[in-house]
Amino acid sequence: MSIALVRVDDRLIHGQVVVGWGQPLGLGFIALVDDGVRASDWEQDLYRMGVPPGIEAIFASVDEAARHYAEWERDPRVGLVLTGDIDTLIALVHRVPGLRRITLGGLHHRPGRVERLRYVYLTDEEVAKLKALVGEGVDVSAQDVPTARAVPFADLTR
Amino acid sequence: MSEPLKGVVVSHAGLAQSLVAAAETISGVPGALVPVSNEGCDGGSLKARIGEAIGAGPALVFVDLPGGSCLTGAVRIARDQGHGVAVVTGVNLAMLLDFVFHRDLTPAEAAERARDAGGRAIRIAPS
Repeated sequence: MSIALVRVDDRLIHGQVVVGWGQPLGLGFIALVDDGVRASDWEQDLYRMGVPPGIEAIFASVDEAARHYAEWERDPRVGLVLTGDIDTLIALVHRVPGLRRITLGGLHHRPGRVERLRYVYLTDEEVAKLKALVGEGVDVSAQDVPTARAVPFADLTR
Repeated sequence: MSEPLKGVVVSHAGLAQSLVAAAETISGVPGALVPVSNEGCDGGSLKARIGEAIGAGPALVFVDLPGGSCLTGAVRIARDQGHGVAVVTGVNLAMLLDFVFHRDLTPAEAAERARDAGGRAIRIAPS
């Protein structure tokens, strides 16, 4: 087992990721795929503060993630791949043919977004992009913490 | 004397509100602390919420965990506002009670004092 979860979460590395998922999965690494954070040393230091000893924080651009994804999958440690927005996720999916399951973990309110779940707000444009992803054969569901039920994407748009 | 420091407590869920209510009840000092929850916020909206609570400053921001969305939002604000805002993590009631009676410090001095006061409160009780 290598990459246990590919999650979209606009809070990036935070408690639900490190504790909520990190503890039960026994995470060995978190790969944060975000071009902005990758380009900022102080932001990386900031996110690294929230990662306990025993979990490696990897910061990658989309290009780097696409190049290293196969290595992450072969890693003997359990890993979690994280993006902060849907566009980054889609860019990654389109560069990594084997990436076929993603989880919406936290996309919060902002102007134009509509509540789909307590922790998932999406614009109509974001819904359309995710529908296209589902149409390409990607399994999309929403689940904030492991103890919650995974909600299929179809249920978010009814 | 310059304006006394404002304390802004930033937490997950309702912890900040409860800590501030408890600190006010025990100390009898109202208005020195402002609670902020990260509930329903992405990074941008939490930063805005913290900034609104800080106002013109100066301020010390108390954060619950030494990592995560509350910390990143607070540090981004502190970075924007320079020396007028400092951030301390691991907020507990003891450090808040000490803070409300020592608000005539610089943010950096108050952060060090809060760290020490909060740390001193963590003990193993005799059995």
